Amino acid sequence: MSTRLTQGGRRIDRSKPVTFSFNGTRLKGYQGDTLASALLANDQMMMGRSFKYHRPRGVVASGAEEPNALMNMGEGGKFEPNQRATTTEIFDGLSAGSQNHWPSLEFDIGVVNNAFARFLPAGFYYKTFLFPRFAWKHIYEPFIRQSAGLGKAPDKETLDADTYEHFYFFADIAVIGGGLAGLQAAKTAALSGAKVLLMEQDPHWGGRSMVDGGELDGKPAAEYIAALVAELEGMENVTLRTRMMGAGVYDHGYLLGYERLRDHAPALVGPRHRLWKIRAGQIITATGAIERPLSFAGNDIPGVMLAGAVRDYIADYGVSAGDRVVVVTNNDDAYKTALAVKAAGLDVPVILDARAEGGGAIAAEARAMGIRVENGKGIAKVTGGKRVKSVKICAQAGEGAVLEEIACDAVAMSGGWSPVVHLWSHCGGKLLWDEEHAMFRPDETRPPLGADGAGFVIPAGAANGVMDMGVGLADADHAARKAVEALGLTPVDVSLPGFEQAAEAPLQPVWMMPQGAGPKLRMKAWLDYQNDVKVSDVQLAAREGYESVEHTKRYTTLGMATDQGKLSNINGLAVLSETLGQAIPATGTTTFRPPYTPISMGSIAGEARAEVFQPLRRTPMHDWHEANGAHWEPVGQWRRAYAYLRGGESVHEAVNREILATRESLGLLDASTLGKLIVKGPDAGKFLDMLYTNMMSTLKPGKCRYGLMCSENGFLSDDGVVVRLDEETFLCHTTTGGAERIHGHMEEWLQTEWWDWKVYVTNATEQWAQIGVVGPNSRKVLEKLGGVDVSKEALGFMEYTSGKLGGFDARIFRISFAGELSYEIAVPASQGAALWDTLFEAGAEFNATAYGTEAMHVMRAEKGFIMIGDETDGTIIPQDLGLSWAISKKKEDFLGKRAQEREFMVNPERWQLVGLETVDGSVIPDGAYAVAEGENANGQRNVQGRVTSTYYSPTLGKGIAMGLLHNGPERMGETVDFPGTDGKTYTAKVVSPVFYDPEGEKQNV
Amino acid sequence: MLILECPYCGVKGEETEFHAGGEAHLKRFGPGSSDADFETYLFMRENPKGVHLERWRHANGCGKWFHAARCTMTLEVFGTYSAQTYEPPQEIKDILTAKRPGWSWRNFK
Repeated sequence: MSTRLTQGGRRIDRSKPVTFSFNGTRLKGYQGDTLASALLANDQMMMGRSFKYHRPRGVVASGAEEPNALMNMGEGGKFEPNQRATTTEIFDGLSAGSQNHWPSLEFDIGVVNNAFARFLPAGFYYKTFLFPRFAWKHIYEPFIRQSAGLGKAPDKETLDADTYEHFYFFADIAVIGGGLAGLQAAKTAALSGAKVLLMEQDPHWGGRSMVDGGELDGKPAAEYIAALVAELEGMENVTLRTRMMGAGVYDHGYLLGYERLRDHAPALVGPRHRLWKIRAGQIITATGAIERPLSFAGNDIPGVMLAGAVRDYIADYGVSAGDRVVVVTNNDDAYKTALAVKAAGLDVPVILDARAEGGGAIAAEARAMGIRVENGKGIAKVTGGKRVKSVKICAQAGEGAVLEEIACDAVAMSGGWSPVVHLWSHCGGKLLWDEEHAMFRPDETRPPLGADGAGFVIPAGAANGVMDMGVGLADADHAARKAVEALGLTPVDVSLPGFEQAAEAPLQPVWMMPQGAGPKLRMKAWLDYQNDVKVSDVQLAAREGYESVEHTKRYTTLGMATDQGKLSNINGLAVLSETLGQAIPATGTTTFRPPYTPISMGSIAGEARAEVFQPLRRTPMHDWHEANGAHWEPVGQWRRAYAYLRGGESVHEAVNREILATRESLGLLDASTLGKLIVKGPDAGKFLDMLYTNMMSTLKPGKCRYGLMCSENGFLSDDGVVVRLDEETFLCHTTTGGAERIHGHMEEWLQTEWWDWKVYVTNATEQWAQIGVVGPNSRKVLEKLGGVDVSKEALGFMEYTSGKLGGFDARIFRISFAGELSYEIAVPASQGAALWDTLFEAGAEFNATAYGTEAMHVMRAEKGFIMIGDETDGTIIPQDLGLSWAISKKKEDFLGKRAQEREFMVNPERWQLVGLETVDGSVIPDGAYAVAEGENANGQRNVQGRVTSTYYSPTLGKGIAMGLLHNGPERMGETVDFPGTDGKTYTAKVVSPVFYDPEGEKQNV
Repeated sequence: MLILECPYCGVKGEETEFHAGGEAHLKRFGPGSSDADFETYLFMRENPKGVHLERWRHANGCGKWFHAARCTMTLEVFGTYSAQTYEPPQEIKDILTAKRPGWSWRNFK
């Protein structure tokens, strides 16, 4: 059984017990425990079930690479799935649950998949579920969805109760990894004068050297590390962070750091996670190495662990994985585990060394301690279900004939160590295959390149493939010196501590154990624990033609999901290479993508949630709208009143009331969001002639003209009224959503094509409040305010004047979007709210009524005015909309002119704008299509047009619509059918799009 | 995320400060041009592996358009220069020649 030892455990504080719960059971651990170490201390080796076959799985590793021990953590607004027990620090009240089983971890229905495992090989879902076709949707897919997935998705209605933040940081040198190499590199860099950021994903500094470090300068490594950390903490140019992972390396020295501030101590105040957005001159990856499993049958039974993890649990947490631990290895390093187990007073029945020649000095040491060591031997099979019971020993060179069965309750395996090259590789750093040590390591001649074309990532220590600690220290110092020089600084000489490295016998690559294992053994030899991929699956993929490692990954799911193959990748591609009969570097690796381990969605969102998700633009009258029943509609980043609800009114009733009040007497519209671009300069007219389809240079000062803007591709892009304020100054109104875009469009042409033209453009949208004063009584209310003559004679339709209107600094435009006598009054934004109030006071006798965007839309549709975004969708040219009158025939050139001459643009078959009036007065559904005779190649009804705007018109008391129709203008009086999605068919008569006051008598009074 | 230097305001900024604007040095074809010329102007774009000349705008900065000479493969930025020019300035060409001997891009060498 796994248990807490009476002594040891560097990280735990035995005086501080912690109570937590696992699957509803209350358990005890100590402060400093991880969830994994605390569960092991409680003899809970089994921590989950596998993804596909639901096999019992125990913890394998002691760090971020853990594939099996994934937990649902917390509850309600704190719930989070797929958290690794090995990196979760326990605290009082922690609640964890294992995943991927039903009804319980011990008894799981889904394990039936295990019995059918031979029918569920790699790619089974691509082959098995093809026929019958209907079954996919109704049987197979629901079944697969039910059984797939690891953790439980958080409840969609429950908001995350924690907060998160982003943090920006600049460093000369960022060091990822706070093991011995990272600390040493940081010291050299810092003493050389660089601004250094050092991050460590673990809560503790020192990395593996805390367990395996032996002595530096004759003192325990832990002492050297403590002194080094203290020295760095005392330096002003060094920032140190634990619990912060280097998540990803991106272009030009961009680095993401993922800091977990409160996961270990939820009582702390502040954000839970902090995402560091770092720009570094140079990045040193001192990310260490990860031990590889060995591929033997039953290597996934709970109790089979990485050798390094077994000794980590003893040294760091005082926890033993088992009483009788068999060690199986192809290298010298795993012997340390045997010695550690023995030193803890537990039994090591045998060390199985796959190497025929066996180990070096450390093997002799093991033998001297009385441990049986068998060279050239391996494991044929592990027996046990939910826990290891025994191992069956065989010759590594054979096919698995059992020589002996040895009872044990844990197996410590080591297939050698792989440098963590992920962060080196994220941004394009290349790897080379180190034949001697059987590992991929960074190729320092091909680093990721920065803006200047020089490398900006330097690997150090074990991450650079340097497994010898003494050499690793020198390598780290070298990496820092290189980084310092790249920054143009001078590296200082730093003395390195002395370290005695015991000579090691060379590792022998072992990709399958025994090397001649037959199909039965291979089917139980796991490569990827998290995705249930076995040696047999990769071999099958290779046989079926998936020769590229990227294809094999996707076919077998090797190296996918939350651990991204940290343990499995090298073994998997070695098996693939062997099957294909090629060298490992010829197979290559899959692509390493950030983040290194999963980061929370909350940290990515940061502060951007709820009200601060995006900025809200408010007009000067915003508060009035809010206080007067505004039913809001988002328009870009503005919020506009769709309608103002009074009493128990519905939105529809409010819209109708607003329209009738406006048409009968007086309506007021907050038009402040309308884009207002000032175009000024001697060439302003010439410039606007290029931008608009109309002639603008001939506009007289004081006059207004409705204009259309097209893209260079000919399509209608925006519209609005242009006012010539004076000889050199134009005011171009744009749509609300188009202001920034059109401003950018103008700047682009001015700066990149006509850069010698003397024109300035500025966006004055927010400097002005604008109010539409609309309706038969609009003139009267302005006359009450007084100060400016707004009579028919003084200010005709499409004219502009300015002056002190009732004391306000007003620009008055006599323009109309509703078809009534109407004015738009613009005042400096600071006067907007006051003018709005004044107009309501003065307009009280005329029943002045605020109207919203929907009333505005209905009224413009009653007049047949187009709306950008309704009648246009990026494929519509002005000619489609009956707007040829607004396209100048005299101008040689304007944006879109050449495009509109193309064959397809002048094709008379293009759908044209018409009005549509339902026969029974009903309202055609939005977006409905007009059907034509016959069917198309897909068996669908042919179409001949579509609705672009459709409303109930309270003015006319019936449904009105505009739409695009094949040969529309020639078909007045015909009826067309629009089937709705409600099953009804709406029959509409083709009419003129101008439903209201076609002669313009109302607006011209 | 790239780092670019705006040649107008001199700010070295993050990619998020800029908007990419596609290929540089397009020659506009307007009314009177052939269908082929117009099509090329509007739609045909270089897709090089290596040296590329691009338009960028310092959208969240000074607002100016400028050009960048960049390597699409290594993301190295050779230099940025004014958008008010019909071809890359000699100093940019010299850098390209030094760093990518034998480079060519459309008609520029």
